[in-house]
Amino acid sequence: MKEPHQPFTILLADDDPEDRMLTRDALLESRCANHLDMVENGEELMDYLNRRGQFAHLANRALPGLILLDLNMPKKDGREALKEIKGDPKLRRIPVVVLTTSKAEEDIYRTYDIGVNSFITKPVKFDGLVTAMQMLSRYWIEIVELPAEEPTHET
Amino acid sequence: MKPERLSILMADDDPDDRMLVRDALNETQAPSHLDCVEDGEELLDYLHRRGQYAQLAADHQPRIILLDLNMPRKDGREALKEIKGDPKLRQIPVIILTTSNAVEDIQRTYDLGASSFLIKPRNFETLVKTLETLVRYWFETCRLPKS
Repeated sequence: MKEPHQPFTILLADDDPEDRMLTRDALLESRCANHLDMVENGEELMDYLNRRGQFAHLANRALPGLILLDLNMPKKDGREALKEIKGDPKLRRIPVVVLTTSKAEEDIYRTYDIGVNSFITKPVKFDGLVTAMQMLSRYWIEIVELPAEEPTHET
Repeated sequence: MKPERLSILMADDDPDDRMLVRDALNETQAPSHLDCVEDGEELLDYLHRRGQYAQLAADHQPRIILLDLNMPRKDGREALKEIKGDPKLRQIPVIILTTSNAVEDIQRTYDLGASSFLIKPRNFETLVKTLETLVRYWFETCRLPKS
């Protein structure tokens, strides 16, 4: 079995305030106890990850263990942010899960092609969203080993 | 969700481990189809339809790959690097399933583009539960690129 982990932060990037609330509520409902941070577009997401601008004060905090990424956002959309994250040696190991209303085959293919860790089409009904968040937590929190932020060589 | 045959390709050099995963997958009762290869070279031959896999239907690519790390000839790290560097293959999610829990292996395989990293449970019941979660997550919750 997995060793218990320090609960990591989940970061949600979504421009729609209602969608952010629904996802947060669904995560709570699925009894996911991890801390959730939220940003509103791809630019904020990159600022958050790079601890810049309004997020400079987070410099000493661990990076998130998992990113939930909407695709259609203003300023910088999810595809572009994903490309930047997966092209950055300091960030690319953080798993990114696309969480979107899109079910377009091009979006699925293209995001896997640029390195998304998985792609979830957001269920329309809240019940469905809770089930999806339950499966997401069970997978990423209970059975997966996430990369440690600082590589330590202890076992 | 529409029913779909869950086509999984597993690369593992240990025959016992291959059998355990096959048995555990059957136990989950998911309608899965598991193909197995024994090392990284065979894995790449399978994906490229070369050698003993030349006859395999071109459109029959796995939806996900379960990859062991320590294998002879070509190990999992090498195979992962090749898959993720190949524009025709890199869309297929590769899930590391290994007995290694070395921090370097976890870091490095995520860096190379592994979708996730799982430590192979030693206990059969836990393996069944793990595979059940894995199959439900990838095939019910997630969307995968068309093969």
